Amino acid sequence: MKICVLIKQVPDAGSVLRIRDDESWVEEDKLVFTANESDSYALEEALLLKEAHGGEVIACTLGPERSRQVLKDALSKGADRAIFLHDESFNNLDCNGLAKVFAKVLEKEHCDLILCGLQADDTGEAAVGPMLAQELHLPHVTMVVQTELLDGGLKVKQELEGGWFRQVETSLPALLTIQSGINKPRYASLRGIMAMKKKELRELSATDLGVPATELAPMQTLQRIYVPVKTKETVYLEGAPEEVVAQLVDKLANEAKVL
Amino acid sequence: MDTILRGLDYGMISSLLSEEEILVQHTARDFVEAEVLPVITQHHRDETFPEELVPRLGELGYLGSVYPEEYGGAGLGAVAYGLLNQELERGDSALRSFVSVQTSLVMYPIWAFGSDEQKRRWLPALASGKAIGCFGLTEPDAGSDPGAMRTRASRTTDGWVLSGAKMWITNGTIAHLAIVWARDDQGEVQGFIVERGFNGFSAPKMVGKLSLRASITSELLLDEVPVPEANRLPGAHGLAAPLKCLTQARYSVAWGVIGAAMACYETALRYAGERIQFGKPIAAFQLSQRKLVWMVTEITKAQLLAVQLGRLKEQNRLRYQLVALAKRNNVWMARECARLARELLGANGIIDEYPVMRHLMNLESVYTYEGTHEMHTLIVGEDLTGLSAFN
Ligand SMILES: Cc1cc2nc3c(=O)[nH]c(=O)nc-3n(C[C@H](O)[C@H](O)[C@H](O)COP(=O)(O)OP(=O)(O)OC[C@H]3O[C@@H](n4cnc5c(N)ncnc54)[C@H](O)[C@@H]3O)c2cc1C
Ligand SMILES: Cc1cc2nc3c(=O)[nH]c(=O)nc-3n(C[C@H](O)[C@H](O)[C@H](O)COP(=O)(O)OP(=O)(O)OC[C@H]3O[C@@H](n4cnc5c(N)ncnc54)[C@H](O)[C@@H]3O)c2cc1C
Repeated sequence: MKICVLIKQVPDAGSVLRIRDDESWVEEDKLVFTANESDSYALEEALLLKEAHGGEVIACTLGPERSRQVLKDALSKGADRAIFLHDESFNNLDCNGLAKVFAKVLEKEHCDLILCGLQADDTGEAAVGPMLAQELHLPHVTMVVQTELLDGGLKVKQELEGGWFRQVETSLPALLTIQSGINKPRYASLRGIMAMKKKELRELSATDLGVPATELAPMQTLQRIYVPVKTKETVYLEGAPEEVVAQLVDKLANEAKVL
Repeated sequence: MDTILRGLDYGMISSLLSEEEILVQHTARDFVEAEVLPVITQHHRDETFPEELVPRLGELGYLGSVYPEEYGGAGLGAVAYGLLNQELERGDSALRSFVSVQTSLVMYPIWAFGSDEQKRRWLPALASGKAIGCFGLTEPDAGSDPGAMRTRASRTTDGWVLSGAKMWITNGTIAHLAIVWARDDQGEVQGFIVERGFNGFSAPKMVGKLSLRASITSELLLDEVPVPEANRLPGAHGLAAPLKCLTQARYSVAWGVIGAAMACYETALRYAGERIQFGKPIAAFQLSQRKLVWMVTEITKAQLLAVQLGRLKEQNRLRYQLVALAKRNNVWMARECARLARELLGANGIIDEYPVMRHLMNLESVYTYEGTHEMHTLIVGEDLTGLSAFN
């Protein structure tokens, strides 16, 4: 079984976020970066599948130089090799562009399974996985909370809204987006860390992949980053109980329109 | 390289470290945060060791990490091993003590002085945590002066008989094997692997400790214990053998205590920033700042010393006197940091909701074991002057 896991480096959940003066993004220099949470679960799921059924796990990320670190972590935890997509022209990709670049790499790898996290914790779009499946003409299942390998296919449990689940069977190859909590991600063992240096970490640029910049022009641009403006306000009703009840009924009927 | 150490790194020590070394620190810190800190206070209260963590330590490769892979190790370098000890002791000195004893005082003598058969039998089991070991040198009447030991090993036709008592032995009660040092009929110190269940051997737990409460400390009682010749460490001759083990363990102490100091500093800094008295955070008072600055200065110096120690060790150029100097300095600075942090926390400094008092109590043991502060002064003093003040 050949599995590729897409891992994004994002600011650590404990980070204090400061918005840049030009409101284009957050200040990055004081942030601690880490692997996106659901991607870590996806990596663990890939490693568990490999341990149970044999095969190969490839870790892949796209991002600035610092994001190389998530690949090294993945290699230390047991991924067999890593692919680092790094290029000036990748800096401002939207989900569509990201899916196109990943597709270029993965169409040559012929994986049985591609695992993504449910969504990136920084931008939270949850779109790259499904869009990549589309690019590669693969079936996909999102929000996966359990996997089971069948003869020639895969049975997965998918989380729906409101505490509902459903079982889905899919043929392989396929793409899944993994929900956090599906397993217990491991720590890198000391042996794993020592073995990391000897594993392949291949860096590929836009030229290596043969993706023309025109294809990557974003269809979506970020306008502005800002702290949510408070729109709710607590109102204290005052007066005798009868008066307060009357005011409350009026507000429920005419403002909240629930009566 | 943009990868940096987690937590306090005022001196940019990261710039002296390799990627693997930093990754070891990150992983060990994550492990301690997730699996040690949530349980350690209760163990400290109950005077119990978190035995449930032993298999995890084995899986992660934290036991005997410095030995080659064929013996279950990871071939870790000295600095990476040091950082591991730092992170474990940032959790609790008891955890670091467990790993130091297993790695440096049990696996090391088997690795350095043991037969191939002993290495094959014990090292992988010790590395995985399936076997726990302890090191019995100290006796009721032989502490700083181990040469005064009274435990005897008498030759019999097919082996040995050991008699005597050891005291203050970390892990004794939970150990499957004890490395016991004893004098033979000719008066030479020899090392033996005494196994749990050997006739006449028992290891009662010492209770009432107010320090290292999450570590098991025991007596080893040897009442005419028959020990086969196959359990004698063939390469260990004389007191130099156990002293070599102690140099290994002291190295891990010199690093470990930096972690305890960091935990105290981090707690004090956060507390001082949040605690308001006289209308200001107490961090705004000069007296508080002086304490925080002292801590960061001493921690930074200790880190630099530890890295230098590690680099020399990696090149096989580390003299035991420098290890003594570093153990002496770093434990002292950690103990002072714990005291200062305790002061900054006011009354909250004495309650176990914060880790400071636990570290402060632990460091009292660390100040004494692996050679007391005074003995290390005398070791370095002898080295400088050529005159022994203790022998
Ligand atoms: C929690 C804990 C765990 C331990 N674990 C182990 C273990 O696993 N295995 C093991 O073998 N031992 C262990 N020890 C024992 C430890 O190594 C000894 O406590 C230490 O060597 C000091 O010996 P002592 O306690 O007998 O003190 P002593 O040697 O009696 O010393 C008492 C005081 O006198 C000072 N002193 C002694 N001689 C001189 C001198 N010549 N000049 C000036 N001052 C001197 C000492 O510095 C000290 O301040 C442990 C101890 C503790 C507290
Ligand atoms: C076991 C115990 C029993 C107690 N019993 C009683 C009791 O019976 N009745 C009672 O009323 N209280 C009692 N106390 C409370 C005790 O008096 C307080 O803990 C003490 O006054 C310090 O206050 P704090 O703990 O809030 O520390 P803080 O006042 O918060 O001080 C924290 C740190 O900041 C320093 N600091 C504060 N202000 C300044 C400044 N301006 N400049 C420089 N440094 C500053 C302090 O010296 C300290 O190091 C008890 C405390 C303990 C630990």
